[in-house]
Amino acid sequence: MANLSLFLGCVIPNRYPGIEKSTRLCLEKLGVDFVDLEGASCCPAPGVLRSFDKATWLALAGRNIALSEELDRDLLTICNGCYGSLADANYEIKEDEQLKKDVNSHLEKIGRSIKGDHEVRHITEFLHRDIGPEKIRDIVINPLELRVAVHYGCHLLKPSKGRVGSSFERPVFFDGLVEATGAKSVDYPDKMECCGAGGGVRSALPDEALALTGHKLSMIESAEVDCIVNACPFCHMQLDVGQVDLNEKTGTSHNIPVLHYTQLLGLALGFSVEELGIDLNAVVNTDFLMKVLSE
Amino acid sequence: MSLRNESNLITLMEGTGSDILKCMHCGVCSGSCPSGRHTSLNVRRLLKKARNDTGVLSDDSLWMCTTCYNCQERCPRGIGIVDAIFEMRALAVREGIIYPEHRKVGELLLEHGHAVPIDEENMAKREALGLAPLPPTVHSFPEGLEEVKKLMASCRFDELMSEK
Repeated sequence: MANLSLFLGCVIPNRYPGIEKSTRLCLEKLGVDFVDLEGASCCPAPGVLRSFDKATWLALAGRNIALSEELDRDLLTICNGCYGSLADANYEIKEDEQLKKDVNSHLEKIGRSIKGDHEVRHITEFLHRDIGPEKIRDIVINPLELRVAVHYGCHLLKPSKGRVGSSFERPVFFDGLVEATGAKSVDYPDKMECCGAGGGVRSALPDEALALTGHKLSMIESAEVDCIVNACPFCHMQLDVGQVDLNEKTGTSHNIPVLHYTQLLGLALGFSVEELGIDLNAVVNTDFLMKVLSE
Repeated sequence: MSLRNESNLITLMEGTGSDILKCMHCGVCSGSCPSGRHTSLNVRRLLKKARNDTGVLSDDSLWMCTTCYNCQERCPRGIGIVDAIFEMRALAVREGIIYPEHRKVGELLLEHGHAVPIDEENMAKREALGLAPLPPTVHSFPEGLEEVKKLMASCRFDELMSEK
């Protein structure tokens, strides 16, 4: 099993710390060898900051990867956006010697360099490949009888160039991880569609972002699920806060709990709603909490 | 708004590996675009506009792409459509065409090393969860933040984000 450095990014530690806590609890329970990637910065955010200047995007991503290389560990992300930035930057730097030189010409000013000798992992990809759903099923002590809408999110799978495995059109590995907790992954229309937040759309054009989110939520509601499970705190924020925004702006009455995978897994491993920070979401659905508490 | 150096946009985009002249206007990109279902973004038209030149940089729909990559993955000609959109956006930003909210994201990164920095409410949430109030990122390591600032200065990101 790979030795890992835990990369937190921005949204998890600074807006949804429950996801950070859940990740730590789950990794410890699974006996994964991980340390914090101390002093890491923003990945930087792929859609918006890469849009502004690719050199800055590569230099900052390169520093984060270099920090992990110095620990002789693969870098573990818990966010699709961080994964999108760091895995793509790592791939491009490994593929292109000139690009690597350019990035290192910036990094040498802070006494670092990137070698390109380690991998960037996403927690769902790591759990699927290195742990496996069978082992997860074995250590679950609280099988969850929940109907779940799985939301993969875009940057977990795309761009597929340089990424390891999995179909981007009809992936199943995340559903497998969800079902390892005892929950049922329920199919729904436009399951692979975007949450609407990425590419800086949420920050500058919130109404356009919400139009996408509203569609996604209505499709999920049609499947009559207990909760949404995602692999990305930015999708998490858009699907969670977005429900409140839509209810205020358009008179809808969305009330679907949103969980990061580590929070779902944490419940199945016997941790409490409070320990996992599930009660810190914008949407707090008491029916769901009662259901989880009674299991 | 138009490019100050009114050279051909296609030439400026060379080197991105996204040859938009290969586009045969089949429309798979537009048909695959989730943003295009709900907003005025039409990816095919955006590419067509780009090859006919520069008005595209001030086209509002340029910023409606969520970078989901459906178009790029499905393009039968293998055109790096999202890569091209990134490059067009970067050219727009260099021309000073940038939403104030996006400039703000850049400023937050310049100041804190995080696009979404910590606030008091979330420090309290962290403590309630038994976590340190500040995460072990550059928020806890000022020397790390200095490194990040040096890198951004080395890339002249500070100049890019300043009001022109």
